[in-house]
This record gives sequence, structure tokens and C-alpha cells, in this order.
Amino acid sequence: MDELQQFKQTFFQECEELLGDLEGNLMSMESGDFDVETLHAAFRAIHSIKGGAGAFGFERLVNFAHTFETVLDLMREDKVPADEDNVAVMLRSGDVITDLVRAAQSEEDLEPGYETETAKELAVLAQAGGAEVDDMSGADDAGDDFDDEIDGLDFNPVPAGGDESGGGTDEAQGADLSKPMESFKIRFVPTTEMLQRANEPLLLIRELKQTGNLRVTCDLKALPQLGEMDANSAYLAWEFDLDTRQGREAIDDIFEFVEGDCDLKITNLSEEGAAAEASAEPEPVVEESAPVPTAPKEKPAEEPKAEQPPAAAPKPKPAAAPKEDAGGAPAKKAAPAASAIRVDVDKVDKLVNMVGELVITQAMLDMQSGMIPSDEYPELISGLEELAQHTRELQDSVMAIRAQPVKSVFARMPRLVREVAAKVNKKVTLKTVGENTEIDKTVIEQLGDPLTHMIRNAIDHGLEPPDEREAQGKPKEGIIVLSAEHRGGRILIEIKDDGRGINREKVLAKAIERGVVSEGAQLSDEEIDNLVFQPGFSTADEVTDLSGRGVGMDVVVRNIQNLGGRVNIRSTPGEGSTFSLTLPLTLAVLDGMVVRVGTETYVLPLANIIESLRPLAQDIHSVMGEGDVLKIRGEYIQLVYLHRHFRIPDGIANPSKGLVVIVETEGGSMVGLVVDEIVGQQQVVIKSLEENFGAIQGVAGATILGTGKVALILDVAGLKAMSDKERKGRSPKEIPASVPAAAIASSPQ
Amino acid sequence: MTKRILTVDDSKTMLDMLAFTLKGAGYEVLQAENGQEGLDVLAKEGHVDVIISDINMPVMGGITFIKNVRQNAAYNATPILILTTESSAAKKQEGREAGATGWIVKPFDPQKLLAVVQKVSPDF
Repeated sequence: MDELQQFKQTFFQECEELLGDLEGNLMSMESGDFDVETLHAAFRAIHSIKGGAGAFGFERLVNFAHTFETVLDLMREDKVPADEDNVAVMLRSGDVITDLVRAAQSEEDLEPGYETETAKELAVLAQAGGAEVDDMSGADDAGDDFDDEIDGLDFNPVPAGGDESGGGTDEAQGADLSKPMESFKIRFVPTTEMLQRANEPLLLIRELKQTGNLRVTCDLKALPQLGEMDANSAYLAWEFDLDTRQGREAIDDIFEFVEGDCDLKITNLSEEGAAAEASAEPEPVVEESAPVPTAPKEKPAEEPKAEQPPAAAPKPKPAAAPKEDAGGAPAKKAAPAASAIRVDVDKVDKLVNMVGELVITQAMLDMQSGMIPSDEYPELISGLEELAQHTRELQDSVMAIRAQPVKSVFARMPRLVREVAAKVNKKVTLKTVGENTEIDKTVIEQLGDPLTHMIRNAIDHGLEPPDEREAQGKPKEGIIVLSAEHRGGRILIEIKDDGRGINREKVLAKAIERGVVSEGAQLSDEEIDNLVFQPGFSTADEVTDLSGRGVGMDVVVRNIQNLGGRVNIRSTPGEGSTFSLTLPLTLAVLDGMVVRVGTETYVLPLANIIESLRPLAQDIHSVMGEGDVLKIRGEYIQLVYLHRHFRIPDGIANPSKGLVVIVETEGGSMVGLVVDEIVGQQQVVIKSLEENFGAIQGVAGATILGTGKVALILDVAGLKAMSDKERKGRSPKEIPASVPAAAIASSPQ
Repeated sequence: MTKRILTVDDSKTMLDMLAFTLKGAGYEVLQAENGQEGLDVLAKEGHVDVIISDINMPVMGGITFIKNVRQNAAYNATPILILTTESSAAKKQEGREAGATGWIVKPFDPQKLLAVVQKVSPDF
């Protein structure tokens, strides 16, 4: 068959791809660098291979794939651990299945028993994971449950007239002529839910007919007047008298899909005492008003109180009362409906945007209202005040919609820690704090990789091996604390270890060696620590499997920065290190301080502001070759002249004639920004500059003020970085820039 | 009128074989590689007579796909058949609760597949 050949070709092509993906996933599993997605992907690969293989009758491949798939399924559900030994089995299985596929393709059989040993290993794992026994058998066996259902079909068309020939079902596969003819009485009362699943009673009746000799009676008792009828509801009930050789199972199979959605009572009249039916049913069944059966089903199970299926429930009279699910499996339908709705993320984003625009408009109105004499339109003014209040609340609510607890990301970490620790032979405990801290959804999604990387780093490099720790008087088990909290309008996530801290000499040496820092450059401790975020940086003596590949830290940093966050590290040699990640709480809105420099207006994030003051001339000092500093309460704070920075000609140059706004970066270092004056405080909607223009160091975004003018939102850390660079005359890449370095805008829009 | 069947499976081989079998029997076949694509196709094409879907797919799996389809009243009477190698009772239940009409196990015999399709979407 030409098409068959073509399909085979497609199949083998697909297998090549799948095997390639599988290899990649297995490698990830081996290195410990994987998550449940990897397992899903691996599962799907084998699943697909098995499906196709079955279609072509590649028995050995199918059987092996089946066991393999079973184990992967258990792994992704965490019923079988993906530890080192098991992963080794997975790798071997991957090899075996590759060989089996190749063999199928080349049509040269592998020697018998080639895969047996590995298959046995898989079987052991599967059983340990609690696989149902029938899962263990090959696909053919697994099909048995359902084959019956399909086998019940007779492929000879039976005229709709429902004649007595019974459709010649004795020929149907699985039918055993030696089986006796039995008589059944079946009462079948579908519910509306059944119809909702597009199960048609008529089709079931047809199937019944094909198993033997069928007589049908329809019970119309529950059928209301036409005017009262709801087209989507179920009102009919049926009684069947069926003579068949195929036994009870065949009937069960026909109704298999609808069992939970109907009232079904099957009585085998041929059996003495009809033992199967546990309950005594009131005889004149026909008198009940369907579809509310008061008689319990033949399966003894609890009668749950009326459960409404979620959303799709139509308006049937609450007649759809006690129904049970097959096998007593508790219906999960009812639960989530009341407390949650599923909403498209796009819709939420749109909502967030609209609220943002609303805030801008409201700010503008606010500003205008400031110009109205307050006694002329008192109600207008108070109305606008209320509006401001409501807008604020609306905004908070909308942002809260997108916020989710960090728990979901944190949940992956314990396992990661276990595996990494095992791999490097260290003892590690993980503590998590603040799992319920809520963060915007998009941010959460991006957190996984950076956290994974930093934790791995901490374990691999930060923590000492147990012996070394003991020698230092530390407990053998290293501790890593993963915490999340809201701080200053941002989210602060920290990974703190009690290991050896950063080896500053080594780092500095490496940095000099790499040309990242010039010889003899003076760097503060903090600056040296943060050098580890430079690309290609790894001080591991040998490249360890895990994190020493040199790719990673800088990527991590970049990803965080793309979210508007910052990464920072603090370390005390011998005591440990703390990685800090800060992320904006909301990606869209900011509490800001509006300042003026010359004719330009800027916005400073309120969260960064410590204080503002007009300094005395004598507190301003010039440091040789370094610029100006402000002496305040015994400390010296760098001054950054914004008018110089942004090249604004008419900005106030003398700080004692203008204002100094002291701001703090997330790392804790402070800078004094010299501005002309403070215009006011305002909540602003952040518009991305990067999306619409490009990334600019020192600028975090832009916004539209109440006046309608555009103002740039300043990035404090970026400003500090640029200022540092200017001061010390180093080239940009030597300073751990907190924002991707780019050209300074010559003048802001 | 020709009946339309939407087939959703991440395996190209499977889609090809389904198409081959179904087209050979006179059905019109629409294809999608995962649940999300399946929804897109439905949005674009509107009416289909039967949906056949795999369970394990990337991007959006079969269960989620079916739940989504069932939320749309337009497809209330559209039979959805799950075509999968999974066979545990729990999965069946999950499928049913999601709104599936029926279940076919892979590998499928073309004749059986056609029979089941015919069974759930007969010519009245």
C-alpha cells in the first residue's frame, strides 16, 4: 500500500525528531537540570512513538515503549523519583528504544531478548510506583477494556426497522457461541449532563440492538407540555428487554461512557435471585417521574447531594438530583465552580491597561481641579477627590488579580536542592519563607530559571562539603534560606546560604585576567562580589557538571532585568552569601515623586527615596578627581547632577540653591540627585521605553503626567552606575551595570 | 453534506493516518497539533461534526482542550472522542468529566475507528 509506506516514512521521520528531543530531555534529567516539563516532554515523546508504532504493528517497540511510558508517567506524577539510579535506567531505555526504532525502520530484527533486561528494570520501577497491573501489559492488553466496547459493534449494517435478526451479533468479535443466551431488563434514564457530553441515547439504543434481540419501551411520564419543555433537558426514560449472548459485560460496555450521567439499572433475568442488583427497587418502575430516580442504582455507592456541574449547567429543574459517578470516584465537578473562574490572560492585561489609562486621565483631572478656586465648585472638587480614591482602589484590585503566591515557583526548589546536593555530595537543608507573597503572574513565570540557577550556585560553590564545615565548627548540613517579601514597593527574593562566601581574591584575579577589571583598580567589597554576574564568569577550578559551565549567571541577571528587576549579592567570607533579587511589585504602575530640572520633568520612584533637602553650601565638598559629595550626618553621599547628566542647559547647578533628593538603590548604596525643585507626588502609569524606543541606562520608563506632558521615569541604580563610571574613568563593562548599558539619550523627549 | 471531523494530535504520523482513514470514508478532515491549535481551528472553521483528540500534547493537552470546547454552547452536541494510548480508569474519568463523549484506544484499527465515528455521529 503506497500510502502505508508514506505513513511509515512520516512516522520514522517523526521518531527521529522525538528521539532527538528525548535525548535532550534525558540529558537534562541526568544533569539534574530539569523540571516537570522535561518529564512531560519525555513522556509525550515515548507516547507518540508508541502510538505510531502500534499503528504499524511494531510489536516489540510498542511493548517496550509502553513500559517506558508508564514509568515516565509515574515519574512526572512524582510516584517514582527521578533520582540518579532511575535516570540511568531512563537513559538505557532511551538507547534501547532508539535501537528498536532503527530496527523497525531497517526491517532488521534485533536479536530476541535484546530489550528484555532493560524492560525488566523498567517493570520494577513501574511496580514500585504503583502502576496498575494492567498498565504493565502491552498496549494490546490495555486495549481490552475498550475493545469490548468497540467489539460490541457489529459492522453489518442493521436496518433501522429493528428486526429480530439481532444483527448477527454472534459473529461479533469476542462473542462466544458457547455462551448462553441471557435475558436482561434494563432501565435507562439519561440526565441532562449526558446530553451535554454529546452522548445520544439513540446511539446507545442502536448499540444495544446490535448485541442481540431488543425490545424497547419509552417512558414519557416526565415529558412536560411543549411550552414548558427545555430543549436542552432530558425527560425521557426507557426500558429495554434484551436477549443476548454477549453477557453483562457487553451491556456495561455500551453504557460505559454514560454511566455517571444516567440512571441505569440492569437486571439479569436469567440469573437466579439476580444477585448483582443489591437493592430492592419499587416494582412499578414506570411510575417514578423520571429523571429523578428515587431508587438507588445497582452499584452501592453514596448518594451525593445534588451536585451541579460547573458553568455548563443548563437550567433543568433541579431534577438532576442524586447522580453518582462510575466507580464511586468523587465528582470533582462541584468544587472549583464557586470560588474561581478561568479568565483569559489577555483579558486581564487589557483590563490592566485600561485602568492604567484611567489613572492617567484621573491625574489630569486632579491637576485641573487644582486650578479651580475651591469655593466655586466644591462638589466638583470633592467628586474628583472621590474619583481619585476609587481609581486607586480599582487599580489595586486589578493588580491583585494578576498576583499569585510565589509558592508555585518555590515548590520546585526542595527537590532541586535534594538532587543537586546529592550530586555534589553535600548536605543541604532548604528553608522557605514567605511562600504566600504574591507576585504578578508574568513575573512568577520568569522566576523559575533564575532561582534554580542561584540555588544551584549556592549549593555547588557556596556551601562547603560536610567535612570542611565540621572543621570550621559549622553544622554539617548547610542551610539555604529562600525568602520572598514585599519591601519598599518591590518584591525582594533572597537566597541566603551559610557557606564559605565569595572568595574575593579569586574573583578579582579572574576579573583582571578576563580584562573585566583593570589592574590596580579600586573596587569595594560589594563591587567585587557583584563581579560574579559578569558573562562567562566562573571561578570553579574545574568546570563542574552543574553550574560551572560559565553560561548562566549573566543570563539570569539579564532575564531579571528584563522584568525591571535587579540582582545583587552580598557576602561575608566564611559565613555565607546572600543573593538578592528585587522585582517590581506591579509592572504597570508606580508611586512617583515628580521633580523638575530646568524645563524638564522627571519621575523618581518613591520607593527609592530616602529624603530630600536643600543642603548648606558648606556641606558640599569636592573630592579630587571624583566629583562632589554631600556630607550628611557624618556620611558622604555622591552627588549626581541631573542637569549635567541629561544635558539640560538651564538646570540649577548649585545644590544649595536647588534640592538634593537622596535615593537608595536596592543594593543599599545611596546617591544624592540634584534637581531644581520637587513638583509633587503622583502615581504614574509606567509606559515602556524599551518597547517603543530602546533601553536607556538611567531611565526605567516613561509616563504621561497630569499635564499631558511626557516625563521620563528615572532608574536610580542606573544613574548611580553611570555616575560611578564617570567618576573613576573606567570603561562601562567594568562596572556591574544594573541596567543594560546603552547610549545616553542626549535629551529626553 | 460532507461531515467534518477535527483531529487533534501532536504526532504528525497520527494525524496523517487519521486523515487517511477518515477521508477514505468520505469525511472532511481538519487538523491541529495541540489543544490550542484545536481551539483556533474551531474558532475559524465553526462547525464540525466530530472531534477526535489526543490527550498528551504540548501547549494545551486534550483534557483542557475538551473542557474549553464544552464551554462553548455551540459544541454542546458535538461528540468528542479521545484517541489515546492511556487507558487507566482515572484517565477515562478525567476525560469524561471534561466532557468527552467517548474513548478510543491507540493503536486504532481503521475499521473500528470508522465504526465509532459513525456510531456517535450517525446519519439520521
